[in-house]
Amino acid sequence: MDIYEVVRGPLVWIAFLGLAGGVVVKLLLMASLAKKEKTVFPTMSASHGLRSILHWIMPWGSTNMRAWPVMTTVSFAFHLCLLVTPLFVMGHAVSWQQSWGISWWSLPALAADIMTLWVVCGGVFFLIRRLTAPEVRNVTTFKDVLLILLVISPYLTAFVAHEQWFNNDVMIVLHIVTGVLWMLAIPFTWLSHMFWFVFTRAYMGSEFGAVRNARDW
Amino acid sequence: MDLQDQAVLDRGIDEGLEKLTPERIEKVIRHVLDNESAARLKVYLETCVHCGLCSEACHTYLSRDKDPDFAPVAKVKDTLWEMVKRKGRVDKDLLRRSARIAFTECGACRRCSMYCPFGIDIAYLIMTVRRICSLLQIVPQYLQDTTNSHAVTSNQMWVQADEWIDTLMWQEEDARDSFADARIPLDKEGAEVMYSVIAPEPKIMAQLLGNMAVIMKAANVDWTMPSADGWDNSNMAMYSGDFEVMGRVERAHWERARALKVERVVMGECGHAYRGAVYDGPKWLGWQKPPIPMIHAVEFYYELIHSGRLKIHRKITEPVTVQDPCNIVRGRGLHHKLRYVVNALCENFTDMDPRYEHNYCCAAGGGIINCGPPWKLSRMKSIRVKAEQMAATGAKICITPCHNCHSGIEDIIGHYKLGMHVSFINELLVKAIAEPQG
Ligand code: HEM
Ligand code: HEM
Ligand code: SF4
Ligand code: SF4
Repeated sequence: MDIYEVVRGPLVWIAFLGLAGGVVVKLLLMASLAKKEKTVFPTMSASHGLRSILHWIMPWGSTNMRAWPVMTTVSFAFHLCLLVTPLFVMGHAVSWQQSWGISWWSLPALAADIMTLWVVCGGVFFLIRRLTAPEVRNVTTFKDVLLILLVISPYLTAFVAHEQWFNNDVMIVLHIVTGVLWMLAIPFTWLSHMFWFVFTRAYMGSEFGAVRNARDW
Repeated sequence: MDLQDQAVLDRGIDEGLEKLTPERIEKVIRHVLDNESAARLKVYLETCVHCGLCSEACHTYLSRDKDPDFAPVAKVKDTLWEMVKRKGRVDKDLLRRSARIAFTECGACRRCSMYCPFGIDIAYLIMTVRRICSLLQIVPQYLQDTTNSHAVTSNQMWVQADEWIDTLMWQEEDARDSFADARIPLDKEGAEVMYSVIAPEPKIMAQLLGNMAVIMKAANVDWTMPSADGWDNSNMAMYSGDFEVMGRVERAHWERARALKVERVVMGECGHAYRGAVYDGPKWLGWQKPPIPMIHAVEFYYELIHSGRLKIHRKITEPVTVQDPCNIVRGRGLHHKLRYVVNALCENFTDMDPRYEHNYCCAAGGGIINCGPPWKLSRMKSIRVKAEQMAATGAKICITPCHNCHSGIEDIIGHYKLGMHVSFINELLVKAIAEPQG
């Protein structure tokens, strides 16, 4: 097996299993811990939880988002591109097709390029914000910086590969390796905010709404 | 960073630290992190992306020229992050800093939970730090004294049993100046309402009790007050981190109400007593909600005025503004009822900005004012935004339906020379319902 086959084969499996398994184990672990706190589950209210989630996934849906228009715009576009591009990019569609014979709609090449670049720019914006805004710099650790670099690296490498600026094979291998690390990082770092978001928001929404008759946005 | 605050001497913290050994520190911290806190603590710490978006929520951060050390997430970084990272093996400097931050620089007002995109409950994390400090016995001296008082007398200010009854009888007599048959009925079984107050009322503001007798008489409410322990649920132990005593105080309070078989409990104008009785106490005791419904005085006044049981004869003409107490606004959504009551009583009302759930805390609540004189200057530095917010209203009276807000706002008015008065609703209400003479 050459390196390309290794990264395309076992490594990708490790990434998917690690991501899915990590998330499931974390959720189960927390569910059992949450039962120890007698009041967590009884506090949860579907309507108030959803109400809060909706306000916080709608751009400008909360007071604080309106207070930071640039951050809000960058972040929403960043997250949208970050999630949509890998699912619908042509290069991946080809892989899905080859490996499992499934095919679905894919993004026009130009759109994919722009969205990929947006993720990179968003990451750079976050890094600059972290280094220049005192209240963010104060709580930024070295790990935070590495993590943001990791988050943008599959996008950067894919873009460079696509443009064929360097040795394409090397770039693709780099792309896949960083992509795998990206997926594995989700359950085990603060990238876990991806799935915790729903729960923390729903819980706070329920405490504010169901218990205290107040709004939390 | 504020060097002056860091140099404050507090015997409760300093002498407590001297007695600690590294083994004890590690054991206590690990106990709290492993056994007393579960899913919420872990998820909050894991989810926080260190984005700093909670900063502008906090009055201490805003008041201190956006000093990054006062951002909510920074308060967690400087305390819990270290304790978790080092698995409890932290030194005394970190503990001294943690006690200062947790007791005097965060009032657990929960405003930041409305600004964090994930709804991370910083106040809960800070309360966990307080819990650790309490078990390590490094609590500010004045605050610990109120907890000790709760432990011994069940009330917050060492009020003795005879002193309590004496005060009620004396206030009943005073109330009779307004209504010849005004009463403070003690231990009346099956009354419609049990009225709950906190120890500062009999101790230093007794006239509030007499006022209530007048209001109850004017509205013809069937009410009672307990003659023995259980009358004070102000519960400073909730804020010092002594949750065992907190649970005892709440249990005593609810058992008294059950024994009197009252239909509901009306909590006087105090926000944190309300919070203790309705959320924190029951949560610790493992109850989903209190055994008897409790309403806060603001809701009670709203009902009495709205239903016409109380008639307003004379409105207050001076310009007024109102402080939204965290624990009944963010904590109970009473802001509209509060406006109704204030508008019913006052002709000239101007709101603060921001208001409702977004109002700034008074910086006294959450046990901060109870940390006493050593920390007063620090507290004043932490609340400049409130002074600016109040000054902008041009009001002469600031209405504060909460004991903590009342004392805190009074200090702000003095320190920032705002030339206003503070007033409970209770005080304005007795004036407004007085029948015009002749
Ligand atoms: C895990 C296995 C992965 C494989 C085998 C893989 C493979 C590929 C391939 C072959 C391309 C086409 C490159 C070209 O056009 O020359 C590509 C593009 C891309 N990949 Fe991946 N990828 C993987 C993971 C990821 C992950 C985890 C992400 C994002 C988090 C990602 C984001 C992208 C993006 C955004 C593009 C498009 C770049 C552009 O067109 O400008 N990939 N990927
Ligand atoms: C669909 C689920 C997700 C949701 C709801 C979500 C939500 C959020 C929110 C609310 C923030 C806080 C700061 C802000 O508002 O910009 C944030 C920040 C961030 N997210 Fe996500 N996110 C999700 C998935 C992801 C994923 C999958 C990644 C990457 C693997 C990611 C990477 C980041 C990064 C790097 C930041 C840091 C911003 C900073 O440096 O301040 N997010 N996310
Ligand atoms: S004082 Fe209020 S806003 Fe500031 S950190 Fe504490 S809970 Fe958050
Ligand atoms: S508490 Fe919330 S707002 Fe504050 S830094 Fe953490 S994630 Fe950001």
